[in-house]
Amino acid sequence: MRSNRSAVIRGTALASGLLLALAGCGGDDSGDGGGDSGGQSLKGTKLEVAAVWTGAEGAGFKKVLDAFAKKTGATVTLTPTGDNTATFLQTKIQGGAPPDIAMLPQQGVIAEFAKKGWIKELSPEVQTAAKQNFSQVWQDFGTADGKMYGLYFKAGNKSLVWYRTKAFQDAGVQPPTDWATFVKSAQTLSDAGTTPLAIAGGDGWTLTDWFENVYASQAGVEKYRQLSKHEIKWTDPSVKQALRTLAEIWGKPTLMAGGVTGATTTPMDKAVTDTFGSEPKAAMISGADVVSATISETKAKVGTDALVFPFPKTGEKPPLVGAGDAAVMLKDNKGSQEFMKFLATPEAAAAWAKVGGYISPNKGLDLSNYPDDVQRTSAKAVIDAGDDFLFDMSDLYPAAFGGTKGAGEWKRLQDFLKNPSSVDATAAGLEADAAKALKS
Amino acid sequence: MTDSPESPAAPEPSGERPKAGAEAPAGAAAGTKTRPAAQPAAGNGRVGPPPWLSSGFLLPAILVLGLLVVYPIFYTLWRSLYDGSGEKLVGLGNYVDMFTDDVTFSGGVSAGKVIVTFLVLLIAVGTVFAAYAGIIEWRRVWLTFAFLVGAEILMWALLSAESPMYTAFRNNLIWVIAAPSIIVALGLIFAVVTERIRWAAAFKLIVFMPMAISMLAAGVIFTLVYDRAPERGVLNAIAVGAHDTFKESSAYPGVRPREAGGPITAQKTPDGTAYVTRAAVQPGQTALLPLVAVTPEMQKTLSPAKAATATPGAVAGTVWADFTPGAAAKPNQVDPSEKGLGDIKVEAVSGGKVAATATTAADGTFVLKDLPAGSYTVRLPASNFAAPYNGIDWLGSSLVTASIIGAYIWMWAGFAMVLIGAGLAAIPRDALEAARVDGATELQVFWRVTMPLLAPVLVVVLVTLVINVLKVFDLVYIIAPGATQQDANVLALQMYLKSFTGEGADQGMGSAIAVVLFLLVLPAMIFNIRRFRQEQG
Repeated sequence: MRSNRSAVIRGTALASGLLLALAGCGGDDSGDGGGDSGGQSLKGTKLEVAAVWTGAEGAGFKKVLDAFAKKTGATVTLTPTGDNTATFLQTKIQGGAPPDIAMLPQQGVIAEFAKKGWIKELSPEVQTAAKQNFSQVWQDFGTADGKMYGLYFKAGNKSLVWYRTKAFQDAGVQPPTDWATFVKSAQTLSDAGTTPLAIAGGDGWTLTDWFENVYASQAGVEKYRQLSKHEIKWTDPSVKQALRTLAEIWGKPTLMAGGVTGATTTPMDKAVTDTFGSEPKAAMISGADVVSATISETKAKVGTDALVFPFPKTGEKPPLVGAGDAAVMLKDNKGSQEFMKFLATPEAAAAWAKVGGYISPNKGLDLSNYPDDVQRTSAKAVIDAGDDFLFDMSDLYPAAFGGTKGAGEWKRLQDFLKNPSSVDATAAGLEADAAKALKS
Repeated sequence: MTDSPESPAAPEPSGERPKAGAEAPAGAAAGTKTRPAAQPAAGNGRVGPPPWLSSGFLLPAILVLGLLVVYPIFYTLWRSLYDGSGEKLVGLGNYVDMFTDDVTFSGGVSAGKVIVTFLVLLIAVGTVFAAYAGIIEWRRVWLTFAFLVGAEILMWALLSAESPMYTAFRNNLIWVIAAPSIIVALGLIFAVVTERIRWAAAFKLIVFMPMAISMLAAGVIFTLVYDRAPERGVLNAIAVGAHDTFKESSAYPGVRPREAGGPITAQKTPDGTAYVTRAAVQPGQTALLPLVAVTPEMQKTLSPAKAATATPGAVAGTVWADFTPGAAAKPNQVDPSEKGLGDIKVEAVSGGKVAATATTAADGTFVLKDLPAGSYTVRLPASNFAAPYNGIDWLGSSLVTASIIGAYIWMWAGFAMVLIGAGLAAIPRDALEAARVDGATELQVFWRVTMPLLAPVLVVVLVTLVINVLKVFDLVYIIAPGATQQDANVLALQMYLKSFTGEGADQGMGSAIAVVLFLLVLPAMIFNIRRFRQEQG
């Protein structure tokens, strides 16, 4: 997730600069809004919103800000935070100039900021709107110490598998729904002369996503939540079972592009272009909805050449692991409150959904707002999952375990990919690293 | 950060010692020449402005220097005593953690340890001999022994411990040993050679050109040079081209039998994996050799497969791509839609010996003729399916540091060449002439006259490079791909990664690493400053 984003950011740094300039003056020319009854209610109010989004994502979010400006007459500016939102905000707050609103990509940060008193509780009005439009699980994600601080505005779906339609046709394979068929289809693709899977093991976080998807479906939502909080140990039989299931794919070098070496060294962006580039090296890649941005850098067209199916289920129900960005108020003023109220409406979600590259956790949003089937599929999966939506487990652990290159879970799973028979050793290693990261 | 003032030997536009750069090579080599000119200036007849005025003029420079160099150094020192949040004092905790965090030990013997031990023993034996011969005092020998034992223990620990930090230390050590010495050697060769060839200016310009390129751009260039894919990476394009000239690549790389249940199976042979029939075949019978994993693109170029007809006294058969999309066709039988694999070598094997060989026709059929009665297995040798040669993994874990050092040498060889060239030019011609007149050969002139006169310049260049190499960051950060960044890690990169990346960014630890790096650079700095004092004094 993080890396996908940074790829987009890198590619479009210039565009974001332009956007910023536009954002600066864009708000002013909304003075003509006579049609709406509240069109001028916030005229003269300035609002600064900080978000990680730049490029295409920034442009989408800008649509939301424009809609708000038009509706209320407020002047809204978008400040990009760079890759590390938490650090950016910390610096801003300590410098005495926090933005009014910030979009936080990490769930843990909400609790941390709430504890430090940096963010304000949502007004009762917004909380009511949230109850109406969002599943309980999203409200809980935004809550710390019994108080609701965060309003989830954007969801990420990491339980997807992208595939090349041509490869599936050549091999006569249909998108699988369960793991056994998935493994069999991979074998068939391989027999047909197409390497079935690109594994982006060069980036450790892609492997944690693989594990989480298999684990969430196989062990169930309850166990997943327990493991996320380390209430059960990583040496639990359910973890070992998930690792053994993964080994059904990871243990067969012929199923992975570039064999074991390719799987362990290829980073995510490269794996995507390997799958959908002009000389495709693989047929499928497991990745989040934002992968579409990287695919559109190739000649393949999302929606025709590149399609998605939900991550195959290893248990009763297909998994839904993802992430989300929550809006929080750093300043409690009228503008901020109105903005939060607006973000809770389907109207705000629709503004971005229409331009694409976005999934809303808002139940009230009509799926017809999404521009294509690919996004509709992943958005529907998020809404259908309801309270079974699971936050990316590695993001819930301290970064030392779940978010550091060459350490913790990333490293353990990379080692497991190199040696997929070491189930017990991997589980023991994961447990040791998790315990250590939580203690310090 | 190691905000040490830039190496004094490098041409420096600003700074308090503007003469140093110009003087280093020329003054060092020419020696006597500069001294008469310097003496009057250093004399006592002071006629300049009063001290208070000169301090007044120095003030802005001191302020800027204090703000940008002295303050950061002390802030870094102070910051290294605090934890990541900067709120809790941890004393020397960061320094302890640096050497103990995530460390695993592997006590085994490795190539590095053997080399180090060998070198240590060599030096030890050498000093003992030198003492016997009376070249050095015995007291010195014991001192050397103590130093060697210390070095051996330190190196053994450094090579046994495994953590990102130790990898960084090790790589820095490799850098400091390899890069400056190779650069100075190359620079010396270039400088000497360019004195004797025509077009020397053009040659010098080309060698010096990389110095004009920023580290970042050079890094990007070399990611392309070292790219794994032969269609992008220059070096691998050369490697693959050279390899394929001598050894032809196989026709069907990656093609293999079905995972399970087919009539053929994999067999390990010295050349790779060959495929053999499970069941024995007698002459007069036919054999089916279905294979899969033939790419759709390749299938388009093949002709339809044909079932073989039995021939008396021979084993006939078909090798074909046994895959049809969907479940329409049955496995292990030749279907009309399926393609034959032509040009495949087939062998009849009996008791480990090859009894007959044949090559398949375009429709995949073959006949192994003139077989005596008996039972045979049909084998498709590994050479048919060998994966194409893909070149060398320049940025893989074992080569990555060497490759990056290569890029660094490319950048800095010109720098060494120019400085050494200046030194060469300053050597008095009459000394060389005198040697030649006395009957010295060119090699003797070089080793006995040029080298001793050039030695001070070489030392300056070497020390300057050591300082720069210790601080290397940009090239490693850009060239090393994510998968092998840890293998290419150096202290400056580790400092950056610890301080600024990830959610666990810890600037306390980062500062501590910076301080250690500073301490490592310090001896080289002091050495350089002392040299200048000596030369000026």
